[in-house]
Amino acid sequence: ARYRKVDEDFFEELEEILIQADVGFDTVMQLIDELKMEVKRRNIQDPREVQSVISEKLVDIYNAGEEQSSKLNIQQDGLTVILFVGVNGVGKTTTIGKLGHKFKSEGKKVLMAAGDTFRAGAIEQLEVWGERVGVEVIKQAEGSDPAAVMYDAIQAAKSRHADILLCDTAGRLQNKVNLMKELEKVKRVIEREIPGAPHEVILVLDATTGQNALIQAKTFKEATNVSGIVLSKLDGTAKGGIVLAIRNELKIPVKFVGLGEKMDDLQEFDAEKYVYGLFADQVEKSE
Amino acid sequence: MAFEGLADRLQNTIQKIRGKGKVTEADVKEMMREVRLALLEADVNFKVVKDFVKKVSERAVGQEVLKSLTPGQQIIKIVNEELTELMGGEQSKIAASNRPPTVIMMVGLQGAGKTTTTGKLSLLLRKKYNRNPLLVAADIYRPAAIKQLQTLGKQLDMPVFSLGDQVSPVEIAKQAILKAKEDHHDYVLIDTAGRLHVDEALMDELKDIKELTKPDEIFLVVDAMTGQDAVNVAQSFNEQLGLTGVVLTKLDGDTRGGAALSIRAVTQTPIKFVGLGEKMDALEPFHPERMASRILGM
Ligand SMILES: Nc1nc2c(ncn2[C@@H]2O[C@H](COP(=O)(O)OP(=O)(O)OP(=O)(O)O)[C@@H](O)[C@H]2O)c(=O)[nH]1
Ligand SMILES: Nc1nc2c(ncn2[C@@H]2O[C@H](COP(=O)(O)OP(=O)(O)OP(=O)(O)O)[C@@H](O)[C@H]2O)c(=O)[nH]1
Ligand SMILES: [K+]
Ligand SMILES: [Mg+2]
Ligand SMILES: [Mg+2]
Repeated sequence: ARYRKVDEDFFEELEEILIQADVGFDTVMQLIDELKMEVKRRNIQDPREVQSVISEKLVDIYNAGEEQSSKLNIQQDGLTVILFVGVNGVGKTTTIGKLGHKFKSEGKKVLMAAGDTFRAGAIEQLEVWGERVGVEVIKQAEGSDPAAVMYDAIQAAKSRHADILLCDTAGRLQNKVNLMKELEKVKRVIEREIPGAPHEVILVLDATTGQNALIQAKTFKEATNVSGIVLSKLDGTAKGGIVLAIRNELKIPVKFVGLGEKMDDLQEFDAEKYVYGLFADQVEKSE
Repeated sequence: MAFEGLADRLQNTIQKIRGKGKVTEADVKEMMREVRLALLEADVNFKVVKDFVKKVSERAVGQEVLKSLTPGQQIIKIVNEELTELMGGEQSKIAASNRPPTVIMMVGLQGAGKTTTTGKLSLLLRKKYNRNPLLVAADIYRPAAIKQLQTLGKQLDMPVFSLGDQVSPVEIAKQAILKAKEDHHDYVLIDTAGRLHVDEALMDELKDIKELTKPDEIFLVVDAMTGQDAVNVAQSFNEQLGLTGVVLTKLDGDTRGGAALSIRAVTQTPIKFVGLGEKMDALEPFHPERMASRILGM
């Protein structure tokens, strides 16, 4: 066993591991302080025993007092509209493909809206996904107004009695004021056409992203009232630990994680499993 | 905002030191705590921060600094100098082979900005260096990746070589070089698919392309928002391929961009360009001093 004692070295290594998972300095310090108190209070000597306390505390930090399920808000009757937002290249379009496949295999009638009219090849990319999973894509020409595309898509979804409409949008950095306004407009069109819609606004975050993800979440939440997160690219070596702070500070839950580029590479988020993965390396070493 | 007040906090520490008239090692230590935090919050890698703070601390407790009239400012100056030093000089030169075509391979993780940067680089080569590049669509995996490059090619009026998505990327690269020689292109820019550094099969594919085309440059394209993992990615790509340069994209955002420092520190590979937007002219040379100030939030 590498750690025979729960001492300063133990906590220092834990601190390193969590910071390197992008959990963020403040959150890590909060956790370490609470852990130290708990270890003292319960008089824990065995590192293996601390592991469960770490898990507990991290899940606590994640939940911030409220349990929340990762289930999507799907309407029992009628159309559910899901809007996807996020910065450039995080995996919005791919996630739509994956989710389209998931809903399709649950027997739902799905439609996709090609709301990224800006990026080269964006419409064609969504079309390939549409073909792959057998879902119709509503589109207009490159360069057209994304709000108009959404309007069209909603009319199409209504007339075809679709269950789910998945709306793609162009990637945009959160500090681009005009682009954020454009996104607000897209959302307003959806709101106007269907009361209560969009039923979910999903922010896609790239797990390789560091502390900037917190600012992304804040700004996109202000603009579009984000209801959930998809944490993509968790199949790499990055851990995306910043979602702990995002959940804790902004109360936005993670709903799914992306684990690859194929249509099946999407899993429901499991807080305990995720949190364990953050410091699993240290656990293995100590066993 | 997450980083607000960092520069303030540093300034505060400086003020405290200034008020004292005498600076002790303990003061330096406190200040280094702030610097450490600033760097971590800017996503500089944990280990890189550790080494950096150690080095700066050693210089800062040196007699000249503590005895000077403005020790706080001196220390900040040291921090900035060391950061700039770590990030290397300005190196926006692009190789030019004396046996054309010069071959440039673009590599990196998914969504980093390779295809966009390939377009931008070709425009730079034409506008600034009066070159005649050929773009190569070697991403056969991502849906509509070829179409994306072709669309950019059309916008720029730049030729794009493609064999569709049923031919191996290695074969595409090989044919592209032949085509470039035939049509007298002096540069060949190969856009490869995004891949994880731990994906052995796909990394082998890049090694094969390298073996075959003997590229003059291999650019790792990195998203400036990348967190602690940047070092793993850069180190791994470097070990497996031998990078000649790094392009840092999406710096038009509000990230501090600490990945720049980490990558440079672990790979010793120069950062050559930065991407500052989605448009084709949004590519600039890398300025180490500006980046140093940005990372510190000053
Ligand atoms: N390894 C891995 N790659 C992913 C995952 N999700 C998406 N990708 C890849 O990331 C790249 C970008 O994905 P997109 O879906 O185009 O991202 P986007 O957010 O729509 O990008 P923009 O529309 O340009 O802003 C593509 O190469 C995807 O195949 C994931 O979970 N794991
Ligand atoms: N704001 C901004 N966006 C950028 C920049 N560079 C690229 N992008 C955007 O980032 C997204 C991904 O860029 P791509 O060029 O498709 O990335 P890639 O590395 O080729 O992606 P894959 O081929 O899927 O691995 C697109 O939305 C681009 O428009 C930049 O410097 N600034
Ligand atoms: K990215
Ligand atoms: Mg997209
Ligand atoms: Mg690409």
